[in-house]
Amino acid sequence: MDLGVKSQPFTSSNASWKSGDVVPGQFPAGLKVLVVDDDPTCLRILEKMLKNCLYEVTTCNRAEVALDFLRDNKNGCDIVISDVHMPDMDGFKLLEHIGLLMDLPVIMMSADDSKHVVMKGVTHGACDYLIKPVRIEALKNIWQHVVRKKKHEWKDKDVEHSGSVEEGERQQKFPEDVDCSSSINEGNWKNSKRRKDEEDEVDDRDDTSTLKKPRVVWSVELHQQFVTAVNQLGIDKAVPKKILELMNVPGLTRENVASHLQKYRLYLRRLSGVSQHQNGLANSFMGPSDPSFGPMSSLSGVDLQALAASGQLPAQSLASIQAAALGRPTSKSAVPLPLVDQRNVFNFENPKLRFIEGQQQQSDSSKQVNLLHGIPTNMDSKQLATLHQSTLGNMNMHVHSQTSQSNSLLMQMVQPQSRTQLLNEINGSHVSNIPSSVGQPVLSRAIPSAVLGRNGIENIHGPQYTSLSQPSTSADYSSQSTEFSGNTFPLASSSGMSRGLLPNYDALNVNQNGNQDWRLQNVGSTFGPPHHSNIQGGLDVSRSVLIQQPVSSSQKGGQSRIPSANKAAFSLAEGFTSIPNVGQQLNFSASDKSLRSKAERLHETGFQNGLFSERYGQEDLMSALFKQQQEGLGAVESEFGFDGYHLDNLPV
Amino acid sequence: MERNQLQRQAAYMRNTLFDQGYLDEQFLQLEDLQDEANPKFVEEVVKLFYTDSARLIRSIELTLENTPWDFEKLDKIMHQFKGSSSSIGAKKVKKECTQFQEYCKVGNVEGCMRTFQEVKQEHAALKRKLENYFQLAREAR
Repeated sequence: MDLGVKSQPFTSSNASWKSGDVVPGQFPAGLKVLVVDDDPTCLRILEKMLKNCLYEVTTCNRAEVALDFLRDNKNGCDIVISDVHMPDMDGFKLLEHIGLLMDLPVIMMSADDSKHVVMKGVTHGACDYLIKPVRIEALKNIWQHVVRKKKHEWKDKDVEHSGSVEEGERQQKFPEDVDCSSSINEGNWKNSKRRKDEEDEVDDRDDTSTLKKPRVVWSVELHQQFVTAVNQLGIDKAVPKKILELMNVPGLTRENVASHLQKYRLYLRRLSGVSQHQNGLANSFMGPSDPSFGPMSSLSGVDLQALAASGQLPAQSLASIQAAALGRPTSKSAVPLPLVDQRNVFNFENPKLRFIEGQQQQSDSSKQVNLLHGIPTNMDSKQLATLHQSTLGNMNMHVHSQTSQSNSLLMQMVQPQSRTQLLNEINGSHVSNIPSSVGQPVLSRAIPSAVLGRNGIENIHGPQYTSLSQPSTSADYSSQSTEFSGNTFPLASSSGMSRGLLPNYDALNVNQNGNQDWRLQNVGSTFGPPHHSNIQGGLDVSRSVLIQQPVSSSQKGGQSRIPSANKAAFSLAEGFTSIPNVGQQLNFSASDKSLRSKAERLHETGFQNGLFSERYGQEDLMSALFKQQQEGLGAVESEFGFDGYHLDNLPV
Repeated sequence: MERNQLQRQAAYMRNTLFDQGYLDEQFLQLEDLQDEANPKFVEEVVKLFYTDSARLIRSIELTLENTPWDFEKLDKIMHQFKGSSSSIGAKKVKKECTQFQEYCKVGNVEGCMRTFQEVKQEHAALKRKLENYFQLAREAR
């Protein structure tokens, strides 16, 4: 989709509508919408309304069927509208799955207009929330979500292509662009246009190289192999060539892997970013109950310990670390972050869900999780250190991409790494007693929950989140005292925050074949900062925070959510740390205050380098995450060797 | 002529439904969706609603047979029912549904029972009226 084009938004440029889908000049006619609702009356009405809007409609009364449809028809859908309350699967879970599976914009709808449910939509990454009964007017404009998403994807791509040198600048630019009044799409259009022009060049280059290649369908199995390979290599060292070799899939080219890797990184970034603000994310991070997380958990345990010990690290150091991390965009961090999210996401709904397949195959998810875990473990401390440095910026970016859920998985991965890193760093600096071998459970338990909550939040707020942020967070925590969990968050949060800043946006979608099917490609891409009038504003904002660019949007939402930041922080912290125990131990109530102040502080520091212009977004996200965290904490298991979070134990 | 008269009668009946609060603007949305390609869209949707809502009502009745009442489940089913009703513009039905949910939240058994009867009554009353209306509208075509 060529957003840059003046009059006709849809021309068939690389990643735009497939020529067959939309008639140029008639956009948004032909938009492919998938509606999922168990209520046949509503389904029928919506179908008719959407048809009247000239959209191409597919209806589903079961979430599983919808997921199958989406999986089997990669380009079969541009946007999904789903009911919240469904008998076979919770709408939010479906939302998570879709986000992980294929980064499509999802609109939630329900007769329930209570604030907490709407908020849940926001935190889960819905790009909009409609109250039933739905009017046709509300449906007429849903195309904006598709466009917005695409736009952000492009921006991300643009960032990636521009190279690290410009990353910082770009990133700063993004927020500005994104900032263009949420309600004034034109402004955004212009920005995107400029960006698009730049991107087009890049895209063209990509296109050229991949033009001749048949499109690769990244099935769950294939992706699993991919993730395994990436984990084996270590997210930092995962280069397409090596991944390709490890995967050993005939017919797969380096370009395919490269573009998929981009998306994956974006996804990871999003996850980490998302987890920061969303409780759910946090949960996901911590959550993965798969034993495969074992190694990770041990790491996390150590980290926690370190963090706890390092609690003394002054906030400033944390901030500086973060700043440093942010300032150095690297692509390394991308990988670690997402881990956590993914897991968490599934965890609280379906512990074993894989991010690719969603609930269907638990084993798969655990496999995935394992893979993810693998990543962190592969990283040595040096890597961690590096990651640490650069991740803050990068991680946010990569991780955030997906919904919070996916973040958990990624985060988890990242966390272990960061933890060790932290440990190393902390040990070096302050903590001398951190027993590296501390059993995970011990560590996690040791860390005061309060710390977790607090730190987590703070970290989240700060842009430093990236896996690296952990160490930084520990610094932060140190001031707090122990909130290990906080560290984990940083991963997520920083990633979220840095998203916009880090050049790694490019992520997932980069054209697999040079032709972005932007619908599907954006695995990692997140919704752009949607500026919706209603809830969406909130939704978008938080979303945007998570997503790379949305700095601006997050800002919008952020403002309103600041008060809940603490909560979010908690949840984030929990999620991030991936230490189940930690989450449990979080003393939300106790740390609320501290979190809040910290979060704000971090927020400030985190943003210092201006990467994230939207502080608010962070806070909002954090609160959102926090809440999710609270919900999802219980689900966390002891992948990391900790007992998973137990919702029951959550002080929340 | 007769046709005109029938049309007027149908229109009058329709207006009454709105005036008396049986239907709200969502019904207008349905009517707007009706076109030449789907000349009986509204009627079909209403039929669909009544088939599906009968199922929900039965489900509630079954749940009410088991004591102690599972208020959460009742609330859930009623939520679905409410969503459905609101989508066709069944104003009075929707109102009773909301009331029922309120009672569920506080665990008011008697309130729930009473309100549930109201829900069923409104549900049946609207069905009759709409059937009459559609009948008339068909004849008037």
